[in-house]
Amino acid sequence: MMTHGPILQVVLPLLVAPICFVFSRFHRFCWIVACVISWIGLFISIRLFFQAEQGVIVYELGGWAAPWGIEYVIDRLNAFILVIISAVAAIVFPYSLTSIKAEIDPRQRGLYFTCMLLCLAGLLGIAITGDAFNLFVLLEISSLSTYTLIALGRDRRALASSFQYLIMGTIGATFILISVGLLYSLTGTLNMADLAERTQNLHTSRTLKVAYSFLIVGIGLKLAMFPLHLWLPNAYAYAPSAVTVFLASTATKVAIYVLLRFLFNVFGITFSFELLQTEWILIGLGLISMLFASIVAVFQQNIKRMLAYSSVAQVGYILLGIGLLNINGLTAALLHIFNHALIKGALFMSLGAICFRVGNTELKNIAGIGRMMPWTMAAFVAGGISLIGIPSSVGFISKWFLILAAIEKGWWPIVVIISICSLIAVAYIWRVIETAYFKTPQDSGTRYVEAPLSLLIPTWILVFLNYLFGTSATFTIDFAATTATLLLGAGR
Amino acid sequence: MLAITALAVIRMRSLFAVVILFGIYSLLTAVLFVVLDAVDVAFTEAAVGAGISIVLMLGTLLIAGRRADADTHTPLLPLFIVVITGAVLVWGTFDMPHFADPQDPAHQHVAPRYIYDSLAEIGIPNMVTSVLASYRGFDTFGELIVVFTALVGVMALLGIPERRQSRRQVSEKTGPEFSGPILTIGASWMIPFIVLFALYVQFHGDFGPGGGFQAGVIFCSAFVLYALIFGIELTYKTVRPKLLILTSASGVLLYAGTGFVSIILDGNFLDYNVLSNTPKAGQHLGIFLVELGVGITVASVLILIFFSIVQSRKRRYQMQPDNHLDSQVRE
Repeated sequence: MMTHGPILQVVLPLLVAPICFVFSRFHRFCWIVACVISWIGLFISIRLFFQAEQGVIVYELGGWAAPWGIEYVIDRLNAFILVIISAVAAIVFPYSLTSIKAEIDPRQRGLYFTCMLLCLAGLLGIAITGDAFNLFVLLEISSLSTYTLIALGRDRRALASSFQYLIMGTIGATFILISVGLLYSLTGTLNMADLAERTQNLHTSRTLKVAYSFLIVGIGLKLAMFPLHLWLPNAYAYAPSAVTVFLASTATKVAIYVLLRFLFNVFGITFSFELLQTEWILIGLGLISMLFASIVAVFQQNIKRMLAYSSVAQVGYILLGIGLLNINGLTAALLHIFNHALIKGALFMSLGAICFRVGNTELKNIAGIGRMMPWTMAAFVAGGISLIGIPSSVGFISKWFLILAAIEKGWWPIVVIISICSLIAVAYIWRVIETAYFKTPQDSGTRYVEAPLSLLIPTWILVFLNYLFGTSATFTIDFAATTATLLLGAGR
Repeated sequence: MLAITALAVIRMRSLFAVVILFGIYSLLTAVLFVVLDAVDVAFTEAAVGAGISIVLMLGTLLIAGRRADADTHTPLLPLFIVVITGAVLVWGTFDMPHFADPQDPAHQHVAPRYIYDSLAEIGIPNMVTSVLASYRGFDTFGELIVVFTALVGVMALLGIPERRQSRRQVSEKTGPEFSGPILTIGASWMIPFIVLFALYVQFHGDFGPGGGFQAGVIFCSAFVLYALIFGIELTYKTVRPKLLILTSASGVLLYAGTGFVSIILDGNFLDYNVLSNTPKAGQHLGIFLVELGVGITVASVLILIFFSIVQSRKRRYQMQPDNHLDSQVRE
């Protein structure tokens, strides 16, 4: 059974989703099943991670060999993404039950878990597959379930933002599909490794360039690259809290993985960077995202929206890291994929706990909450410190490598911009801290009690991981550096 | 003609006309696919695009209203982006391999094996079905999940359709007012044949164009016709929503289950060779099972989505008298 790890990783949630659908009346049952599946998934992904250290794992679906059939290919890069997704799922699913109590209608709760399982399977499938069309199919699964999950938000604006995301996301998916179609017409194959080989001598083809640019735009929409980020703040702000945690820590990360895979492996460094100079686009858009989204974040009145803009900025850091195109930069990007999942996970989870008691996340309503919900706010502060990037937290490590990479290139202005963005992050996190600890509630009668343990424990697990990987980072750094070296070595 | 239809869709204010134009568009696309010799795709496009999706869109119009609001924004920036995108696409086609050139890579790399070896490896004449259900069976499983996810989404937003016991007294009388004897008798003659045709398409996919997706859609159209003529309450009596929820999930489970059986029999996921004594018989059995799963799920999903839309229309209809009163009071 163990050799079937790759497929079980994706198919187990897919298998359980219909069962949850049938029994959607009993949402507690769905919850237990979803949790068990997510833990099994985490176990499988960790096993795969260590297997992939030894060598690439290939799994042929239907027993058909690669270019004819679909294959799963797991190397160091996507094994790492798989672990992130399943770990976040394993923490968010238990957290969900209490969190959605305040936010989702009882009749919809079973369907919520069904959608979460489908979304999880879709994201895992995108990360694991070695086939460009299969990637598109699984992207559809994850996108469709994401639209539903966002629309489940209690606020009526959730519907509008879900629809906005649906339109943008569908355009993105169509662009990816057009690109895959063009690639097929050029090469006659859909397998990624095969594509990489067969596009080698087509570098001057216009069709290949068009396929490439459509793919980048399509993925750019999915990963909220500036100026294609417009769907993200609303979607994150109005979705149910648990959904925001899950999406913020996984969905954009998977899109970044797809970008890396296509840039470095399918099209290859020679085409992507030496011929088309994509690094300038990545650096430029990355820097604009960082600055613009950070500044906008300061002026938000809703904390969830504020953190959503901050997520756009963090994607900017990752793009910048990729664009710098040296080992330190890529290490920083890979580290930040992981670290940002931990940071935003912790922050959005503590916000979810606040939302559970207060009912919303408007800044003005949390005045004085620091004394009423000390553990929740402490978790927020700890996450905020990590977001800013103070030493001993994970946020520091990825920023440190990013700065090293910029210095290595001798690009001092970038170092300055990174520090400015960190300062802006201090500003917006401070606004929340100030309101929560130093302001008195407008209506002195409002009292909130501390969030239940079922919310606090998952939140603090993530906070703990933030500082665990912040203080003893050798394992993650070594891993990211080796993977970065491999990526840069590939295709040369 | 495609372009003209698309332009008309953009200019049209009446959503009803837009939906009908969508149907025309799909039918034209289907014709185009037939010209390109892609009969299976054409069949799907005709059944899904020109058939059932129109019904669902019309159902949505019943809820949402027939006319679009006037645009509030200037379409200059979108127009600019669309023109750029189109120009890039056209520019890109200059280097595309020539259409229908036997030397072009799409016909040289993986396709020959599908064309020449699939009969020996899988044993069914329709190679489209071979590719769909066996070589790239996992993609088809993914598509099935997409259909299923759509259902979950509709249910989560519109509510789960339920048969109301309290409205016992509804009998044959309560069909929509327009169903006269011609329609009722005509429909009761047609529906058995539609169902029969659906079953034919379902089980004939190995030999000619067809398969689970198309069959499911045709099957659903029989029920939609029934509901239109005889009223939704009677349709609920024929197929209970709860049963459909069960079947929609079981189709997915049948597909996935086939995959798991091949794992237990020491093959890879969805490896049908191990399902029976000889690989060919195994492939036959496997394709039969997964197509059946597809057919069951697609049919139940579409009927359920139709039910959901009808029911939420009803709920709105029941709420409306109150709104009406309100406005009168205000006046």
